[in-house]
Order: sequence, then structure tokens, then C-alpha cells
Amino acid sequence: MSAPIEPHSTAPDAAHSAHDDVGKHVKLYLLIGGALIVCTVLTVALSYVNFNEWFGGGHNWNIIVAMIVATFKAGLVAAIFMHLLHEKWTIYRFLLLTVFFVIGLFALSILAFSDHIKQ
Amino acid sequence: MEIPYTITARPDTGLWNAKVGIWLFLASEVMLFGGLFSGYLFLRLGADSGYWPHGLLNVPVGTMNTIILIASSVTVVLAWAALKMRQFTRYRIYMAVTIICGIVFLTVKLAYEWPQKFEHFGAYIKPTSLKKYEEYLGNKHLAEKGLPPRFEITGHLHEVEINRADADAAELDAVIKGRDLEITKTEDGGKVVSIKVHSPGDAKALGEVRGLVTNPEEKDPLKQVRKPQGVKIESFELALDEINAHPDSPDNERPSFVPRPLSDKIAEIKTEDIDSDGSAWSAFVPRHSSYFAIYFTITGLHGLHVLAGVLVFIYYMLPVSTKLYRQNPEHLANRVEVAGLFWHFVDLVWIFVFPIFYLL
Repeated sequence: MSAPIEPHSTAPDAAHSAHDDVGKHVKLYLLIGGALIVCTVLTVALSYVNFNEWFGGGHNWNIIVAMIVATFKAGLVAAIFMHLLHEKWTIYRFLLLTVFFVIGLFALSILAFSDHIKQ
Repeated sequence: MEIPYTITARPDTGLWNAKVGIWLFLASEVMLFGGLFSGYLFLRLGADSGYWPHGLLNVPVGTMNTIILIASSVTVVLAWAALKMRQFTRYRIYMAVTIICGIVFLTVKLAYEWPQKFEHFGAYIKPTSLKKYEEYLGNKHLAEKGLPPRFEITGHLHEVEINRADADAAELDAVIKGRDLEITKTEDGGKVVSIKVHSPGDAKALGEVRGLVTNPEEKDPLKQVRKPQGVKIESFELALDEINAHPDSPDNERPSFVPRPLSDKIAEIKTEDIDSDGSAWSAFVPRHSSYFAIYFTITGLHGLHVLAGVLVFIYYMLPVSTKLYRQNPEHLANRVEVAGLFWHFVDLVWIFVFPIFYLL
């Protein structure tokens, strides 16, 4: 590559004030990436532990444990990589509606197995 | 037409427009994948005991792919951060790494994981014939341990024995030649034939030979009439997976991390003992089970998303994007942020896909 490419923009540049902020975040992004990889290894390792023998109670505890770890990982991605920790209310409003409808969707699946005649 | 508010916030939403757009799109994507995941839940809850397969996917490869996708999520956010700090060369490096990660992920899926499934063979034994195959299923042992029963025998298909009608001969020969199969044994005046096959797909093709009733010289396919029954597959011979070779072994009670190699044990399964009137056999393809149906649907759709992300990132590496950077770097940074949000979402979906199909 020849000379480094520099922008010749005359437009107001909001980025320069954010320069240091972003620089500080880089470390955080690497840290979160590392945490996600550790969690992935953890998910795999935990799936070979028989939690049902430990807890019992007729639930499939391995599924519950795996879903807790996965939700934690998804939370990290959403909060840090997708900047949801610091977002405008407009977007939170979209997401609240989405969460509501997704829960409804899953409830329908479970509802399909409820048997009113037998109960 | 100039799109307004590409950098500055729109007063009423407080956001630049593309950000509103991508989040609305992601909300719809959540519903799309949410529908499929709730389909998974529905199928899994509805599966009878012993009919939801475990341990059919390659966990180390899946783990590696998960880590590749997470790494690419880190590099895309670093690419965005580099743009924000006006480090264009660094941005391009991170972007290139992201693209490579995406391509590696897709290649592993399409060139390794999926083809391996297409080579694998499985047959569900019908409940009344389970006893005949007890040495491969080990249901007595499983019942003692309080574990769900096994109904399926899996492995690599070697040979099929077929029973053909006279009218099938020509078409059958064509299939055998076309697929480079080998006849190992013929009985009953050439009516009962044992054929070496390379994959379950070969067996499927043999089973589909119907033979012609009308003149085979007839060129117009519409005037040709096929018989309702053609070649009948009598039995399958397969090299067993370790789990069916030693079904009583405690090692096989739970799926293993590293996939076990095929055993050297051979089994013969009669078609009359296979469930659904002898039709419940196939490669590990969508028709195999509701497990593989939803597996291929969700990972296929997810793969298409990975492909879409890679294409957008490639666009951000083209001269047109360099030009945009020179004119208005913040605009390119915002574009990268929006595509990055999409990419993180694809990563997020995979975080759930990986455990529900590979591990649980």
C-alpha cells in the first residue's frame, strides 16, 4: 500500500471526541471474546457431566444448565458487542416488543402439549 | 436520492436512520429464528422416548466452528473501532480476518460436516422386530440402567440385496453402470441380486428403479408408463457404528466427545423389520428424522446468514468503500457498525444452535 489513506472530510467529525472512548473499549472487546470462548469450552465440558444424577427431580438438568450458559453468552454479545448497554430508548422499545412476542411464540409450542381432557 | 440522517441523529428517534433500520430488521429476524426454535421445542417435546437422537454430530468440529464465529465477532467490532479511530489499514486487516473466519465456518459446514451426514446410514427397527436385533440395540441393558431404549441401527452402508422384476433389468443396469456399483451375487435366475454400494444415495436410486411397462424405445417421456412396483430392496448390509457394535458397553450410554470410528462389525437388516413398512431408512438427511429435518433447516438458514454477512463485508473491502472512507469516514464506520450488529446476531443464534443440536 502507498501512503496511508487519510479522510479529507470537511463534514463535522463527531468521531474525534469519541476516539479515546473507543480505544478504551478495545480491551473490553478482547476480554469479552475470551470470556465467550471460555464459556463455549465450559458448555461442552458441562454437557458430559450427568446433572440428572446430582439433582434428579425428573427434569433434564443438563438442558437447563446449557441454556443458562448460552443465555449468559448471548447476553454478553448483546450487551457489549451490540452496544445494548448504552442504547437509545427507541431501540429498547423495539426489543421489549420482540421479547414479548417471542415468549408468546414459545408459549404456543408448549401450549400445544397441554391436554385439557386428561387433566 | 440522498438518504438523510446517515451520520447525525434524527431528532425524533435520537438515532441515525440505519441503526433504527437494522434493529427493526433484527427484531424480525428474532421472530424468524424464534419460530424455528419453537418448532424445535415442539418436535423435541413431542418425540417418543428413545426417538430423539443424541451424539450424531461431530462435537470437536462444532466447538471449533463456534470459536471461529466468536473470534469473527471480536474482529468485526475491532474493525469498527479501528474505523472510529481512523486507522484504515488496521480496519482492513480486521475486516479481512472476519471474512476469512466466515468462509472457514461455511467451508467446514458444507465441505465436511454435511457431506459426512449424507454418507451415514440409519434404519429404525419396527417395535415388533426389536428382539431380533437386540445384539445391536442392547435394550435389555438400557432398561436395567433406566435409560431410554434404542430403535435405530446406524453405520456405513456396504451392500443391498434387491429383488427385481423382469421389466426392471435395463433400467437397473443403467443405474448400476451410472453409479459404478458392483454386483457381488446373483440368485434365482438373476432376480435376486446383491449389489455393493458406496452410499445410502445409491441404495435410494436402486429402490427407485420402477421399470417401464410401455416400449422402452419411446422417446416421449410423457408416453412412458411406469409400474407401481419396481425393484424391491430385501435387506441392507452395513458396517456398524461403535454404539451398535457394542450396545451394552457403558461407554455408549452417553455420547462421546470425540466421535468413535466405525467398528469392523457387519450387520444385516431385513427391510421387513424396518419401521414405517420398511421405509424408515435413509442417510442422515432431512427425511431421516424430525431431528435432522430441523437441524438442516436451522443450520441451513443460519449458514445463509453467514454467507450474507460475508458478502456485505467483502463489499466493505472494495474500492467503493475506500472512496466512501475518503469522503466521509463516519458514514463508513456507521455502515460497518450496522453490518457488525447483523453479524453479532448471527453469532448469537449460533450460541443457541450449538448446544441444542450438538450437545443436548
